[in-house]
Amino acid sequence: MAPVGPRSGDAIFANVERVNAELFTLTYGATVRQLLTDLEEVEEVNKQLDQMGYNMGIRLIDEFLAKSNVSRCVDFKETAEVTAKVTNPELWAAVAKVVTASELSFRPDNASVQVGFKMFLGVTASVTNWDVDGTCCSIILEDNPLVDFVELPDTCQGLYYCNILSGVIRGALEMVSMKTEVTWIRDVLRGDDAYELQVKLVKQLPEEYPYKDDE
Amino acid sequence: MQFFGSAEISPSPPVPTTSGNNAHMMYVFNRNGVCLLYREWNRPLRTLNAQQDHKLMFGLLFSLKSLTAKMDPTSAERGNLGVPQLPGQGCSFHSFRTNTYKLSFMESPSGLKLILITHPRTGDLRQSLKYIYNLYVEYVVKNPLYTPGAPIRCELFNTSLDQYVRSIA
Repeated sequence: MAPVGPRSGDAIFANVERVNAELFTLTYGATVRQLLTDLEEVEEVNKQLDQMGYNMGIRLIDEFLAKSNVSRCVDFKETAEVTAKVTNPELWAAVAKVVTASELSFRPDNASVQVGFKMFLGVTASVTNWDVDGTCCSIILEDNPLVDFVELPDTCQGLYYCNILSGVIRGALEMVSMKTEVTWIRDVLRGDDAYELQVKLVKQLPEEYPYKDDE
Repeated sequence: MQFFGSAEISPSPPVPTTSGNNAHMMYVFNRNGVCLLYREWNRPLRTLNAQQDHKLMFGLLFSLKSLTAKMDPTSAERGNLGVPQLPGQGCSFHSFRTNTYKLSFMESPSGLKLILITHPRTGDLRQSLKYIYNLYVEYVVKNPLYTPGAPIRCELFNTSLDQYVRSIA
């Protein structure tokens, strides 16, 4: 039977269960507020949000892979080789499978973030700023449902409010064998004009035979 | 992340649920070799203890994957046998058949391996394995009481899996 191609983010978003956007935003806001009260240190809160995102990411990857009909990386590698504008098609192919919070498109010629962000958050995001090696890129979010109604007070200026997203990306990528570092470049809550995340590949972890002891 | 070698193994030995089920056994492994699930419906002969059995199965598939990738006549690269590969690289085998059983295999890019052993006249089970992957996502991944990397102990998953496997022709 003919293999089914990957589904678009819109199609999947239409089929999953959704929650009220305001409920989502307010719940996230309450979580951050509670963390600030409990931990008091802004750096600690950032780290905790990242860790929460990581734990989410390692689970969300499976949902993403299951719902979006990703079969084998090699298909995307071939696609990438044909249409890639980046110098490292392998990374592009691998990153193109990535999960949830930061989705990179299955159609690299569009160079747009589609499936993941669309599928889980319902937002459109784009991938730009590939560096020469192809190991580093930026993801730009046009809108961000997490930050509706939010303003950062002066006491919390160091806070990365959406740090959970960077954790999710990191967790998800790690489950597809890529160790990455994700940092915020631009953040509207801090006065910039958009949300920009930088995803940097540290290394790729090939599969190892796990049984170290003798038979 | 857990490596195989911990004392915990999947529930064993499981009582065969119903005779007359189409499939013989099912294994689910994660990327570290931990056997997350072992279901048995119809297995007349058992030669090894459970831990050795799981290790053998995982090792077999690991080697088979590596071997099939290296022997790929259409691939350009010529790495040495035994060089670790990224999941997703190289070609992927999906089943092998003997005169007494057929083993169907699916690996997700996140390293989750699904193995289903059925009678030899079974057709292509790739879509079925994909469906089971979806079941896994619904009942196990989304279960907040489940720790990733630990053996699966979700009754709901087991029940829906049994039901689905019974319906595979």
